[in-house]
Amino acid sequence: MSTATGYNFAYLDEQSKRMIRRAILKAVAIPGYQVPFGGREMPLPHGWGTGGMQVTASVIGEADRLKVIDQGADDTTNAVSIRRFFATTAGVETTESTAAASLIQTRHRIPETPLQADQILIYQVPIPEPLRFIEPRETETRKMHALSEYGAMQVKLYEDVARFGHIATSYDYPVMVNNRYMMDPSPIPKFDNPKMNRMPALQLFGAGFEKRIYAVPPYTEVKSLDFDDYPFEVQRWDENCAICGSDHSFLDEVIIDDAGSKMFVCSDTDYCRSRQTNATESATATEETLS
Amino acid sequence: MYVAVKGGEKAIDNAHALMRKTRRGDESITELTVEQIREQLPLAVDRVMNEGSVYDPELAALALKQASGDAVEAIFLLRAYRTTLPRIGYSEPLDTEAMQIERRISGTFKDLPGGQVLGSTYDYTHRLLDFTLLAEGEAPISALDPETSDEETLDACPRVLELLNKEGLIEQSREADEADHTPADLTREPVNYPAERAVRLQNLVRGDEGFLLSLSYASMRGYGDSHPFAGELRSGRVNVELVPEELGFAIEIGDLFLTECEMVNQFHGNKNQPPQFTRGYGLAFGRSERKAMSVALVERSLRAEELGEEVLYPNQDQEFVLSHSDCVSANGFVSHLKLPHYVDFQSELEMIRRLRREIAAATDEENNK
Amino acid sequence: MNNRVMSDASIMNTSAWQDLAPLLSVRDVNKYYAPGKGCGPVNFDLYPGEVMGIVGESGSGKSTLLSCLSARQTPDSGQIIYNSEQFGEMDLYAGDESERRVLMRSEWGIVHQHARDGLRMNVSAGANIGERLMAVGQRHYGDIRAKAEEWLEAVEIDANRIDDRPSQFSGGMQQRLQIARNLVTHPRLIFMDEPTGGLDVSVQARLLDLLRNLVSQLGLSVIIVTHDLAVARLLAHRLMVMRRGEVVESGLTDQVLDDPQHPYTQLLVSSILQN
Repeated sequence: MSTATGYNFAYLDEQSKRMIRRAILKAVAIPGYQVPFGGREMPLPHGWGTGGMQVTASVIGEADRLKVIDQGADDTTNAVSIRRFFATTAGVETTESTAAASLIQTRHRIPETPLQADQILIYQVPIPEPLRFIEPRETETRKMHALSEYGAMQVKLYEDVARFGHIATSYDYPVMVNNRYMMDPSPIPKFDNPKMNRMPALQLFGAGFEKRIYAVPPYTEVKSLDFDDYPFEVQRWDENCAICGSDHSFLDEVIIDDAGSKMFVCSDTDYCRSRQTNATESATATEETLS
Repeated sequence: MYVAVKGGEKAIDNAHALMRKTRRGDESITELTVEQIREQLPLAVDRVMNEGSVYDPELAALALKQASGDAVEAIFLLRAYRTTLPRIGYSEPLDTEAMQIERRISGTFKDLPGGQVLGSTYDYTHRLLDFTLLAEGEAPISALDPETSDEETLDACPRVLELLNKEGLIEQSREADEADHTPADLTREPVNYPAERAVRLQNLVRGDEGFLLSLSYASMRGYGDSHPFAGELRSGRVNVELVPEELGFAIEIGDLFLTECEMVNQFHGNKNQPPQFTRGYGLAFGRSERKAMSVALVERSLRAEELGEEVLYPNQDQEFVLSHSDCVSANGFVSHLKLPHYVDFQSELEMIRRLRREIAAATDEENNK
Repeated sequence: MNNRVMSDASIMNTSAWQDLAPLLSVRDVNKYYAPGKGCGPVNFDLYPGEVMGIVGESGSGKSTLLSCLSARQTPDSGQIIYNSEQFGEMDLYAGDESERRVLMRSEWGIVHQHARDGLRMNVSAGANIGERLMAVGQRHYGDIRAKAEEWLEAVEIDANRIDDRPSQFSGGMQQRLQIARNLVTHPRLIFMDEPTGGLDVSVQARLLDLLRNLVSQLGLSVIIVTHDLAVARLLAHRLMVMRRGEVVESGLTDQVLDDPQHPYTQLLVSSILQN
């Protein structure tokens, strides 16, 4: 096991981890409620995933297998940096396979491969307060949550429908958890929102410099805000993934030449790769059958 | 065929290698030592210690070297180190009245017990570039022959504001039940609004110097109700004492060089209280006078609510000030915009295209009618 | 149901009001920022369907008093008892803040002097009116919009302005929108702070006319702060005259204005006559 010298397993000292685990337990007990915790300084900048890292550091064990994604990809700079951090400080095994991971730390996406009951999904959260841009004052938003005063958020949706004919929020789309707390799902595309509902895996959310942890326990109801007559819907693409041909995953647009020609590829790199592998295998299998 | 952006790990390694090279600069020039930074850039070191929240000139100097002189990056390095340090114990409250004073000035009284001591300061210099420094031809210090040497410091003397206190013209600096109350520690617990004064002060001392300076400037220019006098500004060494559990009495474990500022502000009184002076308090590591004064000014502004004054400006609003004062947080969040946001941007692209398509379709329909 | 009863009350004479339980009882309320800056002690009762005017010059403490009465500013001392439909008799500041906040979006309305303090200027008129409905849990866009159109017309704003922002409205329309936004949840008690301040005389007259009609149709109880005695005479059943934070005279509106007893009231009344 290759742990960094001079630092505890997974960087944080055990005292701090215990404090964070207590916050996590409280968060699981009150789904969607933002639990304040004594956020520690991490050696990565605030806003770069320090909240998710503190949660990961507190729940990770030697037997865990960690996957880190940013924008759905395992190889983006920040994902690489965080994966390395835990490989060095905790010496745990890392993986790019969604199915093989026991812990997945993510920024801005939920993997396309459905998660299972023995997995934990840890979100990096920049701003945990869904009401922040309606009311910047925390003393006020705390009361709004306590009293379920969520009318002001609905005003924003009303405006969208009045102006555009439908709700125009495309990511960071607010949800109601367990019919009680309004929650910021972190800046995932609204495409991913339905995956949160009744997910078998535990979902933990860490906001580092805002010092908040919240959670969605397995199989909890998560509902995206909408109107009875203007129900929530997700984005769709006219194109398929140029690599694996998927017609149902979230696609990134890639500019491929100076003329601005573009192509669309899966944002979830592991999903795209496993579809290609499967396609090759079944093609080979078909050939074998034919011959 | 398109190849997805790969090779993140190697690119990161290369970027770091290049950064180390840039930091070293021209190798034909002698490498700067941490010692030199500590001794010759002490004000930079002081700032890093304050906002980095550790009193350790050597590590602060190291952080400055490692950060290519970028104060905010150096502060971040020191903070990230600080968080891993064990808590051995809590010192006794510092007694700044017993400070061995090196500099002490008051803007409120011309002369006072202990006198005014100018100490080492840039205050009265003419800001003319000294080209002898460029030629590295500075005369040796011994030849400058200051009449007061470093060692000669003023013994403990009472605080200026105590003179006002004797007449009852200024509020008490301590709450009656202060001794029974353990202040919260914002490095261990999250700030809960409204935050008590001790937490506000802790936050301000760690706060970004430029941010606090600008806020205090604003409060004096009319965006706030601050009409302060610099009651006293003192710098010098203060002993640190600790009561080890096994001994049960205080022992001296070292000393700190500190700068303390007490501002005198007006308070107009209300129906129940006659007008009196109030205090704004600032304390900082090293010779950080600008910092100590800014803390004292903003600290007083933030007491508006508890003193029943109207809260009208951002510098009186504790959520505004305390949530945005930290340079490590501010820098982190601003710089996180450099991280990829492909997915969010893609969502916005999809949305804006769809909206434009819908509007175009509606216009066509209109035209075809 | 209740509204009907109260609209009857609004045409009763004062002695009949005394038989009912007060809606709001104010006891020794004090709030001072500095000597002479604030208000108190203030004592009065407000009965269902009654319109109480608070008059005085600027700086007389009437706006501070209104803030205290409407649960936006904790007084230094004193009690405000409100007889709530939902919570029964409640001591405003002794009780839970959550109850005060529920009142503010259900049984109460506040009409500010400056429309920008009472409206969301960056969202449409429809959203401004719909907000209180959504706050009490309505989630059907079509219904909310229909209600908003209804209330726009009730305050004499063309319903096809529903998607315009308040900033595109004239001052008088903004005030009427503010009123619609408050009335959509059928409150019982409205606080108004100089609702006609800053408006042209003809616009003022139209707004006052509308207010008077709505108050009597809906049987609203109102506390209105104004420096304009003409506004007070038109709307208020009873008046309180304030000076340097203290109430110097109070009584039926006609009595106070036609036969002022306190020298300060006499001065106020004579100055308006000269205008």
